[in-house]
Amino acid sequence: MCEPIEINVNGREILVQPGTKLAVALVLHGIPCRTSVRGEARTALCGMGICFECTVTVDGRRLRSCQIDCAPGMQVETDD
Amino acid sequence: MTDRSDYTCDVLIVGAGPAGIAAAVSASDAGASVVVVDDNASPGGQIWRGSAPEEGLGTKTPAGSKKALNWFERFSASARIFLGNTRVISSLGTGLVLAEGPAGASRLRYGRLVLATGARERFLPFPGWTLPNVLGAGGLQALVKSGLPIEGKRIVIAGSGPLLMAVASALQRKGAEVCGVFEQSPVSQLVPFALALSTQMNVATEAVGYVRDVGLRRYHTGWWPVSARGDQTLSSVELTNGKRKLEIECDYLACSFHLVANTEAAALLGCAVEDGRVVADEFQRTSVEGIYSAGEVAGIAGLSAALVEGQIAGLAAANVSERARPLLARRNQLRRSARRMDKAFALRKELRSIAKEETIVCRCEDVRWHDLKECSSTRGAKIYTRCGMGPCQGRICGAALQFLCGWEPESVRPPLYPAQLSTLLTAAANLKENL
Repeated sequence: MCEPIEINVNGREILVQPGTKLAVALVLHGIPCRTSVRGEARTALCGMGICFECTVTVDGRRLRSCQIDCAPGMQVETDD
Repeated sequence: MTDRSDYTCDVLIVGAGPAGIAAAVSASDAGASVVVVDDNASPGGQIWRGSAPEEGLGTKTPAGSKKALNWFERFSASARIFLGNTRVISSLGTGLVLAEGPAGASRLRYGRLVLATGARERFLPFPGWTLPNVLGAGGLQALVKSGLPIEGKRIVIAGSGPLLMAVASALQRKGAEVCGVFEQSPVSQLVPFALALSTQMNVATEAVGYVRDVGLRRYHTGWWPVSARGDQTLSSVELTNGKRKLEIECDYLACSFHLVANTEAAALLGCAVEDGRVVADEFQRTSVEGIYSAGEVAGIAGLSAALVEGQIAGLAAANVSERARPLLARRNQLRRSARRMDKAFALRKELRSIAKEETIVCRCEDVRWHDLKECSSTRGAKIYTRCGMGPCQGRICGAALQFLCGWEPESVRPPLYPAQLSTLLTAAANLKENL
């Protein structure tokens, strides 16, 4: 195991292993990615960039969390 | 736009899964300049996700890993440019596409194009399928390959296709507790496929390996999911075989109904698409001059076919199609067995009634099954309910509705993926330059 890295999700610090996809960190910590039109909590479905269910805001940009690696100091915001 | 990076190449390859990698290696060996783009950060596609040697997290696939590493080595050694996290957004005319990557927009100018865009899982709506921790079978595996610890987790695998057992075996090896694998196909439909499979040594060995890992007693044919239950997150799954029902408590439901080809880019470029697959001849030529296809995008056929077709497409695109001739017999043989696979995993009609009135069909726009009752086409559904108009652009609900209602997909329009305004401005600037 390598030295974990720290990311910030909704103002909370989270430790993850380097090389972890952001969607994985969110599933692992039980943090839903987005709130649907009718108010349901949604998380990753396809895991490969097709469904957009795992879209979150990363450093101000809307990105699919399954397509990006966690990086130290990353600021992540989910819907809630 | 001054900040974009443009590329010009003989052969542009879209998709860096096995087919794209094989095409890149073959075209590059034949002397062509090659650019490869992929939506993922690293090459490998889904089946070889996380097995690229340069990745720290290298979870080498037990079967076929030697083959994967060999191709990765050849890919690394070839003189190609790889653009990761990059998507084709639209066409800007003959031999020119607009792409978006981490640095923004780029224009990719090419002589020939190889479409190796692969496949995605088919999802069918049923009560609870939108709950957190209900994922695709390949979807869960992708997350596990991307760092999700799975040890001790109870997993139900359901749906259809050879992927289910492959995923079950991989997760089991990672220490997961696979509660059961539920294949909707009846055993009578699977037997001819299994018999034909037994004559292909390498595939048969792989299949036997999966069965050994998972145990045949946990592989249930003729069973399908009817609901996923839980408050906030998944807690159990209900399945049926049409006569009996079974409820299993679990941490994850990995569920998908075989695969569908990612044909959107091909359709946008004007290539003929029939029965959900890009039409290609034995040299992998599509209906559009200079555009080739390889692998799953031309019909679900598996890894071996992707590698063979990738090589053929790469050679043909590099103008040395004669060199591909020795590969054609193998290609045609693999395509024939792909047709047997289609039959083996054809979906049963009962799956058309697992969605209930309140079940969400289009996840992007939360369109429910009963909202669609009055509609009679993809177009009508879009206009009246916004079904298929969210960020996935109908990639998930489209395949479901094709099965549920027989609706054909709408014509594909740019942008192929949600894009930044600066990318769209590049398209506009390009148009202006050419006026």
